[in-house]
Amino acid sequence: MTTPLLSLQGLTKAYPGVVANDQVSFDIGEGEVHALLGENGAGKSTLVKMIYGLVKPDSGTMLLRGQPFAPPEPRAARADGIAMVFQHFSLFDALNVAENIALGMENPPAMGDLASRIREVSETYGLPLDPFRTVGDLSAGERQRVEIIRCLLQDPKLLIMDEPTSVLTPQEVDILFETLNKLRSEGTSILYISHKLEEIRTLCDHATILRLGKNVGECVPAETSARDMAEMMVGSTLQTPERSGRDFGEVALDVSGLSVPSPSEFGTALKNVHMAVRKGEVLGIGGVAGNGQDELLGVLSGEILTAADAIKFNGQPIGKLGPTARRRLGVLTAPEERLGHAAAPDMSLTENALLTGSVREGLENNGFLKWAETKGFAEKIIQAFDVRTPGPENAARSLSGGNLQKFVIGREVLQNPDVLVVNQPTWGVDAAAAAAIRQAILDLAAKGTAVVCISQDLDELMEISDSFAALNEGRLSAPRTTTGLTVDEIGLMMGGAHGMEVAHV
Amino acid sequence: MDLSEINPVLLVASLMVAATPLLLAAIGELVVEKAGVLNLGVEGMMIVGAISGFAISVETGSPWLGFIAAAIGGAVLSLLFVLLTQVALANQVASGLALTLFGLGFSALLGQGYVGVKPPSMGEIHIPVISDIPVIGPILFQHDPILYLGIALTAAVWATLKYTRVGLILRAVGENHDAAHALGYKVIKIRILAILFGGACAGLGGAYISLIRVPQWTEGMTAGVGWIALALVVFASWKPWRALLGAYLFGGITVLQLNLQAAGVAIPVEYLAMSPYIITILVLVILSADKSSAPASLGRIFHASH
Repeated sequence: MTTPLLSLQGLTKAYPGVVANDQVSFDIGEGEVHALLGENGAGKSTLVKMIYGLVKPDSGTMLLRGQPFAPPEPRAARADGIAMVFQHFSLFDALNVAENIALGMENPPAMGDLASRIREVSETYGLPLDPFRTVGDLSAGERQRVEIIRCLLQDPKLLIMDEPTSVLTPQEVDILFETLNKLRSEGTSILYISHKLEEIRTLCDHATILRLGKNVGECVPAETSARDMAEMMVGSTLQTPERSGRDFGEVALDVSGLSVPSPSEFGTALKNVHMAVRKGEVLGIGGVAGNGQDELLGVLSGEILTAADAIKFNGQPIGKLGPTARRRLGVLTAPEERLGHAAAPDMSLTENALLTGSVREGLENNGFLKWAETKGFAEKIIQAFDVRTPGPENAARSLSGGNLQKFVIGREVLQNPDVLVVNQPTWGVDAAAAAAIRQAILDLAAKGTAVVCISQDLDELMEISDSFAALNEGRLSAPRTTTGLTVDEIGLMMGGAHGMEVAHV
Repeated sequence: MDLSEINPVLLVASLMVAATPLLLAAIGELVVEKAGVLNLGVEGMMIVGAISGFAISVETGSPWLGFIAAAIGGAVLSLLFVLLTQVALANQVASGLALTLFGLGFSALLGQGYVGVKPPSMGEIHIPVISDIPVIGPILFQHDPILYLGIALTAAVWATLKYTRVGLILRAVGENHDAAHALGYKVIKIRILAILFGGACAGLGGAYISLIRVPQWTEGMTAGVGWIALALVVFASWKPWRALLGAYLFGGITVLQLNLQAAGVAIPVEYLAMSPYIITILVLVILSADKSSAPASLGRIFHASH
């Protein structure tokens, strides 16, 4: 047998209270696309950080082409031919493309030479890119190109990609896969991290599945069904949320001609958005992150005010009402960012329950707080949504992502909203919790609530929504019935390849 | 009132002197903030620099040693800020304010024996021929070396930030410390060096006041220049040449209003005294309307947990 490019043997890494990786071993062959599969919190990120030298393993060894390999820092890993495309956290918005790339290189050439090399490599791999554009102005797909080209300029032997497609439209994914296939044909190995099973089945030669930090199985993705892989990931049989057929009532939320500038510098302005959601209907809004999702949530929640007539609730103009006034009427929202937007991280669950529940649950009396009732409300959420925590007095920060997400969604659902707007309701949540949250949203809709679900997870939207629209550069496509929509149609609604040139490889 | 007493050549020459302490402090703070750290202790580091420089040059008789001591003094005080914010991860605003209050008190203690003493003079650079050119000579070529150092430092900081790898890494750390860390840069180390540089510059600025501009020691003699330097960095949109422009504007109006006071202009002295602050800030606010934004990680605590 030939020596594998990289061999991991018994890698273990523990953090206080949790073993992130427990005796993980597997091999990555030369020119192989190896998938690392697992749910959030399964230990995928920690594992690749060890390979990239960001985290030191507690025990275990790595062999690179048979030689012991223990990079003390990313610089050393890069010198040995390991390159990594990060999921987030690694680009500098205010700097231009060439500067961003120079920062990821050991001995970058002068800016002029670098710019021409960037053009050269980007054209070879069919990823056109202007070296002097500011990164903050680029689309998600283009930003990823910056990272990939940064890696390719180092001539890597192993390219690590952490959830590369979570920010791409289906068409952009195709372009990426062509590039990756070309790299494979040139002998570069790729470690591909994802929880998107269909992608792994198309792209990868081999897969290792992690669950709770342990290697629980390996398979050849092309020969394994997506369902089998999912069950290996989760460790149990999956429950699919049930949707009962229902009739829609009158229009509850009516948005027409809504245009607002973005409050943040690199945000996206909403341009002439129209949508109508009927009672009992779930409207799914897809689109790549950064195309106006945060702004849409803000304008629906009342954090961003707009013309009164642009948003109507049961015929009543509410565009100029703030969040509290809208809550009083029955328009509730659950934003995406759990720590800091949906919940105050250092406050207890009781306090967090009060923050959005005070108006509708009557937790306030002439400015004085009713702590006993509030605690009761928090306990009700914890019980109804199976939030795993010792009690409501614990800080929001102490909960795991999935549990906190169940809490912040449950908090809104239990207030019996007439309109509920959620953004990324199951982002970073394990499959069981995600299923519970989706079921709660469907149950709410069955009771007659109009639901707007903004999400980047297309599978999720197909599963729960009755109609689908996509945000693209701040414009919302016309909503269409979900039944019968194809992936291609969805991709085009999301803006196709965003004018990115197709890879010519 | 006799405006003809105001000599334009002397006015321009002395505005450069008045602007130099502000310029030195602002350039130092600009580098600190570009690295993503907000050090509000500029005033404290300046006054500690002022007394360290003053004391050492009186004791040794050498203004050069005095300036070196001032830079060291400012940097040593900024080490306290390093300990608080980069090691103990304390809040930067509170730590900076503490640094200023501590610096003011500590300098008063050190300076007790130096009130009323006259420091040795540094002397001016005098280059034959060009220093003697009328008008241009006195304005550009008859100053002390530290004034030129201030301008050179502005140019050096500008070029370093724009053209060198060190500058790029510094900006990257200030822009997104998590990303810089993920790429393997030593965020804390880079920030510590930037803070020390800022402290040394503030110290030099303080000593310029006590050794050249005034030259004597009195308690609290920096009189808010450190705060103006902080405002200047923001309104200069973190651009070195704009900071120089702002410093000269401030220095110019300071000198002009002193001349107007001396000439007996019929405007209450209080209005004249506040004019440099108002006009400088007004002009810089208008200039900063181009939306050049602050370093994105400015003032945020970095903790390598990811």
